[in-house]
Amino acid sequence: MSPRVTRLVLGLAAPLLALVAAFAITSLVLIIAGDPVGGVWSTILQVPAERNMANIINNATVLYLSGLAVAVGFRMNLFNIGVDGQYRVAAFTAAVVAGEAWLPGYLNTALAIVCAMAVGAAWAGIAGVLRATRGVSEVISTIMLNFIATGLVAYLLRKVAVREAGSNEIGTKEIPEGSRIPSIPFSDNPAISLYGFLVIAAFFGFLFWFVLNKTRFGFDLRATGQSTTAAVASGINVTRMTIGALLISGAIAGLVGLPILFGDAYAYGSTFQSGLGFAGIAIALLGRNNPVGIAVGALLFAFLDEQSNPLQIIIGVSPDIVAITQGVIVLTVVVSYEVVRRYGVRLEQRHVARALEQSDEPPAPTAGTGHDESKGVTA
Amino acid sequence: MRRTTKLAALLTAGILSLAACGGDDTEASDTPTGGDAPTSDVKVGMAYDVGGRGDQSFNDSAAAGLDQAVEEFGVETQESEAEDGEAETAREERLRTFADAGYNPIIAVGFAYAASVGKVAAEYPEVDFAIIDDESLVDVPNVASLVFAEEQGSFLVGAAAALKSESGNVGFIGGVETPLIQKFEAGYIAGAQAVNPDIEIQSTYLTQIPDFSGFGDPAKGKTAAQGMYDNGADIVYHAAGGSGGGVFEAASESGALAIGVDADQYNTADPSLQGVIMTSMLKNVNVAVYEYLAGVVDGSTPAGVTRYDLAVDGVGYSTSGGQIDDIVGDLDAFKQQIIDGEIEVPTTP
Repeated sequence: MSPRVTRLVLGLAAPLLALVAAFAITSLVLIIAGDPVGGVWSTILQVPAERNMANIINNATVLYLSGLAVAVGFRMNLFNIGVDGQYRVAAFTAAVVAGEAWLPGYLNTALAIVCAMAVGAAWAGIAGVLRATRGVSEVISTIMLNFIATGLVAYLLRKVAVREAGSNEIGTKEIPEGSRIPSIPFSDNPAISLYGFLVIAAFFGFLFWFVLNKTRFGFDLRATGQSTTAAVASGINVTRMTIGALLISGAIAGLVGLPILFGDAYAYGSTFQSGLGFAGIAIALLGRNNPVGIAVGALLFAFLDEQSNPLQIIIGVSPDIVAITQGVIVLTVVVSYEVVRRYGVRLEQRHVARALEQSDEPPAPTAGTGHDESKGVTA
Repeated sequence: MRRTTKLAALLTAGILSLAACGGDDTEASDTPTGGDAPTSDVKVGMAYDVGGRGDQSFNDSAAAGLDQAVEEFGVETQESEAEDGEAETAREERLRTFADAGYNPIIAVGFAYAASVGKVAAEYPEVDFAIIDDESLVDVPNVASLVFAEEQGSFLVGAAAALKSESGNVGFIGGVETPLIQKFEAGYIAGAQAVNPDIEIQSTYLTQIPDFSGFGDPAKGKTAAQGMYDNGADIVYHAAGGSGGGVFEAASESGALAIGVDADQYNTADPSLQGVIMTSMLKNVNVAVYEYLAGVVDGSTPAGVTRYDLAVDGVGYSTSGGQIDDIVGDLDAFKQQIIDGEIEVPTTP
């Protein structure tokens, strides 16, 4: 096999191995729990109806942004666990700004989006400054900031909340109709449509790829992530990069709740979706911090989430099985990439050894290289 | 590596064959149970809030009403529960899945379903819906709203606390600070002050939205209650769902008293803790669910708002354990005044 074919096969083998292993482990869990394995899989794996398809794409849009936000940090070896708090603070800010409607129409929308990104960046920036100046681990500080975000948003929500008559729910003022982001038609049924924010999310995916791979800043960021000492030696200002990476991560986190806000809920209330930041961590791992991979991971997670209701109602299985499957997939992906990487290294070593046997020349200095990239940042 | 692959392949093959066996079982277990139990062709879809059946609180109370209907009318049921922090589309899809699978009526337990019930009820005009703790959908013809006057029941247990307190210091612990739980707090404070205007009332909430763990964390409940007892309170009322178990423990360790919520918790508590449960504020979600289903089975599906207040015994207080037998007369006087409108109980603290 030519090296290129080998690389392609190995590249496909890792995710395939992961899915097969996840399938096997989840089945084992089902058997132990005494649940109908066949029924569960046939329900999970059925082709979703048009309406569910739209839901999957919409929820994946939200998860995608969360995954991107986490991945920016991962690429620099920073573990931003605070996406959860950042997006809630930001979505609340955007809801208040857009609800107050100080500007007309889409100017209002744009202002709200900018405010959300700024607030998300500022919230993550606190952790960035603490890390850069005081050496506080961003893992600890972002977790703590999540709690503060919960308290702060709950307090402010009560201050500004409006309450519909007869409802026990509180929320911000509804965004005026002119400032909502129009949805993209998905089928003949006008009720089934996609979030217009999908376009913005895709744009940010592209931007992520462009900035990281095609700019000086992106190179510095990746270099710092792979080796801080090497980065310092080559003249990169690590302090600036740390704060910069967390600011960007936070700014993207600020976008996470916005597809829901501008496309569906139109207000931030007590039932606004939570926990998206933690899903983002799993999805960034799943997508190997690559914008296309993250999209695949987001779609997979949204797909599994969507099947949780039929599982309960039609098969009568606990929806926790979906959470277990998601967790198992993340684990198997991490493990199988490592297994395949090692296999690839061994394959190449053997290849080099054979080449050396044939020619009695001194060993080539290139043996065993070419795999540093695949190590990347996995955790 | 090769061994790993082999193992994985073997495992997969084995599991696939087992999976095939599993498939046969499902169809068999789907057949309805026979026997001489009453049967009905009503299929009830029950969408619980976070925690679902087994939360020892609100959802369990709704489940009890459902169980009673199953026993008496033989209705067929299917249940589903919400995930913490789930998407709005997940709630909508839960209701749609029920509707598509032929469940009618569909009961949504909890105010979080308000928006999704509104949306899905419009899509399925031939399906009947009921929602608990929300009356914002009063204009939708196929939605019945089942709401409670929690503040009235809380007023009575507040009055009981003030009558029984020796230290003149009582406490309130809410699970999550939402407008719904604030109704409990407001009623409790009003009731306590109606008896003793100078009474000291400590009040706290375990968590803030969107963190709903305050409804299911006994450790948090115990810490909060312990603080109140240490601070001089001798009776603490909790409206914190599953966290209430911790409140009872703290009361037991401090030699103080506590007031339960939703169901008569004297009956469900561990026998060693029964002594500290002075009374419970009853919010009869089970009665609401049962009466709604009774109407459906009768062919007269309820619609509009049904308010469960003191006048219809939709809320109240329990007397199990006999600790408040001596003040029942006072409490019933308050109850009558509330029913007659002489006392108006506030709904916000």
